[in-house]
Amino acid sequence: MANTYKLIASSTVGSGGAANITFSSIAGTYTDLLLKVSLRSGASAFNDYVLLQFNSSGGTAYSDRQLTGNGTAASSASRSGNAQMYAIASSGASNTASTFGNGEYYIPNYAGSANKSISLDAVNENNGTEAYANLSAGLWSNTAAITSIVLTNNSATNFVQYSTAYLYGIKNS
Amino acid sequence: MAAGATYEPIATQTASGSTTSISFTSIPSTYTDLIVVIRVLGSAADFDLRINNDSGSNYSVTRIYGDGSSAASNRATSQTAIQMTLGGANPGVNILQFNNYSNTTTNKTMLQRLNIPGGYVGAFVGLYRSTSAINRLDFIAQSGNNIQANSTYTLYGIAAA
Repeated sequence: MANTYKLIASSTVGSGGAANITFSSIAGTYTDLLLKVSLRSGASAFNDYVLLQFNSSGGTAYSDRQLTGNGTAASSASRSGNAQMYAIASSGASNTASTFGNGEYYIPNYAGSANKSISLDAVNENNGTEAYANLSAGLWSNTAAITSIVLTNNSATNFVQYSTAYLYGIKNS
Repeated sequence: MAAGATYEPIATQTASGSTTSISFTSIPSTYTDLIVVIRVLGSAADFDLRINNDSGSNYSVTRIYGDGSSAASNRATSQTAIQMTLGGANPGVNILQFNNYSNTTTNKTMLQRLNIPGGYVGAFVGLYRSTSAINRLDFIAQSGNNIQANSTYTLYGIAAA
């Protein structure tokens, strides 16, 4: 069997929480990366943005297009000139207890020499009045190979216990 | 490839220069589902997806998408192919799923996640009104479009057991 869809690393947040989830020293031996997350933050708001950054490189290199549904209407928006990619993939402390946001990032050609495009599907469910389903097309305008990924919360609060992230490598041969 | 292997790369095609079509032929029926991951370069990237080389009016597509300002949805029926946009100024990332592609009882559906940074983001569902097993996929550039060099198309097989 080809060595594809292989778990590279995973992280499960323990008691006390964690300010970030980091994958480092990512080998360039795969074709694509797939990052699956299940996250909840300590923010008091209903939802908290997850911020993704590659190679500890901020600046203004991240942009995205979003398509979002909130249970009432669909909308589209964009961001540009950011230091991270935003995602609605983390539930805040006001959300239904024990309910986590979920997201899946697909990053093709992550070790190549072109700018990096990202496909993101994310949800933030809540048994209440506020919840989101979001599709995003992200761009990191940087030609470097991706060797590290850091996830943080926009609120600068911790990811709570039982938050998880799994990084897979996918090979096309 | 024996059943049991999952997320197995069946074939990859990398465009070596500007071309007008990419084809996967003789797709084995030994998997449960198919996934196609497409990374397209180039600003003119409108394509027709044709299944089993069938050019009959057997396709429909329903789309929801956003352009960064507004969201929209539309639909086309009785088409001769599934029309799709795959790329833009930045590399487009497209993930297509064909579930239960090899059964000979039901019509075939396809789910596409479209990502064109700086362009469109969306989800499309396509229907191929045929009970035949899928054994061929053709991505055909529409008039005035082409497949830029270094665009990649990878076909994966997913096995349930």
